[in-house]
Amino acid sequence: MATYTEYPPRGYRVRMSTYWWLGKWPYLKFILRELSSIFVAWFVVETLMLIKALSDGLLAYAEFQQFLQNPIVVALNVISLCFIVFHTITWFNLAPKAMAVRMGGKRVPDVLIAGPNYVAWVVVSAAVAWLVLRG
Amino acid sequence: MADKIALEVTRFSPERDKEPRLATYEVPLRKEWVVLDALNYVKDKVDGSLSFRWSCRMGVCGSCGMMVNGEPKLTCATFLTDYAPGPVRVEPLKNFPVMRDLIVEISDFLAKLTKVKPWIIRKDEKPLSEGEYLQTPEQLDTYKQFSMCINCLLCYAACPVYGLDPLFSGPAALALAQRYNMDSRDQGTDERMDILSQHDGIWGCTFVGECTEVCPKHVDPAGAIQQYKLTATKEWMKSMLMPWKGK
Repeated sequence: MATYTEYPPRGYRVRMSTYWWLGKWPYLKFILRELSSIFVAWFVVETLMLIKALSDGLLAYAEFQQFLQNPIVVALNVISLCFIVFHTITWFNLAPKAMAVRMGGKRVPDVLIAGPNYVAWVVVSAAVAWLVLRG
Repeated sequence: MADKIALEVTRFSPERDKEPRLATYEVPLRKEWVVLDALNYVKDKVDGSLSFRWSCRMGVCGSCGMMVNGEPKLTCATFLTDYAPGPVRVEPLKNFPVMRDLIVEISDFLAKLTKVKPWIIRKDEKPLSEGEYLQTPEQLDTYKQFSMCINCLLCYAACPVYGLDPLFSGPAALALAQRYNMDSRDQGTDERMDILSQHDGIWGCTFVGECTEVCPKHVDPAGAIQQYKLTATKEWMKSMLMPWKGK
């Protein structure tokens, strides 16, 4: 039998584990969504590198193209694309929560908030693809 | 269907135990029994010293929130049969200090709730003779969802931000603040803004969204907080662009 303490400390506190996000899919999904910002940043850096290479002339641009063909860079870009698609989808799905638009005394359904985001995404992507691939 | 199910319950006596432990009890598995019935069975028939909070047993009072198999649940609305063949693990709500067995210390939440002033604030009070402050059904509808909160604290148990940073105001307190902000009879938005727009207020929220998922009353605290972030940002932009307007 354990000893009896007359005035024990008030409340037993459990410290949260560093790996709290591993146990449950919604938590892991949240951490992945946060992590995706690093890959978004990487694409920003890559775009800046592209602009610099273009402004530095043909030789710099050829070198940049060579850099892009490096298998490690290709792999990094594939992973980044996956994370950015994940980021976009989760973000668009959360948008209706933050935007409580009311029309005619009623709240606009979630699909009407998320929907236009998806449509704009497809239209802009198609326009960019057309610009890049036509020549 | 088996006629018994194992219930693993956290036991903790602050006077005797260094840390909580699990005790297993065999309880009858009945179709109409919820986890709270099983706990009451243990208290009545097996060990009268088992301590837990409960009151209405119909999802209104918000007292019986506990972790059931790791998920924050109202034990009065969680059926044993959904966990058959068991075992069912019942633990105190996560992210709160444990006082005894399944009872947690909630004064931190109560202090935070008071801080956000969850009541109607009027700058100009009408004399009683002029009657009530009237409200249309549409005006009621803008905040009604947030007013359904029963302070059961399941959202705090689901919120990793609160678990990691106990200074965070937390989902229910922020949702209730937003409930009064959106009430057409209220004039206290500016007063609440200073408290809510601090780092420990809305900006502490990283939008994990689990508070909304576990809420038994479909309050959507995550939505309330994000909507308030939008409002606070708009107010900040306005004050930057039109500093002469003031409050």
